[in-house]
Amino acid sequence: MTIAWNAFTPWTALAGGVLIGLAASAFALLSGRIAGISGILGGLLRPAKGDRAWRIAFVLGLAAAPFAWAIAAPVPIPRIDSNAAGLVAAGLLVGIGTRYGSGCTSGHGVCGLSRLSPRSLVATLAFMGAGFATVLLLRHVFA
Amino acid sequence: MQTLASFVVGLVFGLGLLLSRMSDPAKVLGFLDIAGRWDPSLVLVMGGAIAVGFPVFAIAKRRPLSLLGSEMKLPTSRKIDRRLVGGSVLFGIGWGVAGFCPGPGLVALSIGGWKAATFVLAMLAGMGIFEWLQRRSTH
Repeated sequence: MTIAWNAFTPWTALAGGVLIGLAASAFALLSGRIAGISGILGGLLRPAKGDRAWRIAFVLGLAAAPFAWAIAAPVPIPRIDSNAAGLVAAGLLVGIGTRYGSGCTSGHGVCGLSRLSPRSLVATLAFMGAGFATVLLLRHVFA
Repeated sequence: MQTLASFVVGLVFGLGLLLSRMSDPAKVLGFLDIAGRWDPSLVLVMGGAIAVGFPVFAIAKRRPLSLLGSEMKLPTSRKIDRRLVGGSVLFGIGWGVAGFCPGPGLVALSIGGWKAATFVLAMLAGMGIFEWLQRRSTH
């Protein structure tokens, strides 16, 4: 392993992390819920039980972030190297996996670890381990 | 009020993803590429978020109602089973394939062109398949 010092952005990473932590904390206090994106989005696909509005609002807030950012500065454009087949496979795996595993990077990684949840620690180790292994295979073994 | 709070929280969350550049799959894959040139930024994103979240969740856990008066819905399950681990592994594989997890996918919708839209549609389809399988297994 070599560290990519030129790509490492410690200050914006830390500041962005603090913003994410503030958002998740505010949500726990204000709404009593976990700011887990996969759960919030996935819950929209269930028969409505009067809890759709806050879910839609949360998703719209996330999707609106680039527009709010653009008021102050040029929006950082995501670099997406995958082709269509890769994106479809990735999306299906992320969709099914996060729902079976009851969470993703936000619900387990941020909120769960903040709560010292053993479930979330196991889930985070599992998806990080699988992510490391997948990139290792795709970039260094089969590439 | 709950709806407005959710929108603002989603917005701030999304700004955090943009500021930390976790909305950029190439940067996330740089973190997952431990055998290549490794970008440790994501560790600091998680660290910054947990440093704020840890004390606040400890307070939230002890509250009978949320500040807006709703029932607390923080999870209490401690069960570690095959669903949790298997699902998380599937998610991790998908994360490693494209560098997208759910939040960044939604943030990238307006700035990531057809590629971000393709990922999000496939993710929604995956979530729909989960719901369908759930309904089938409970009948």
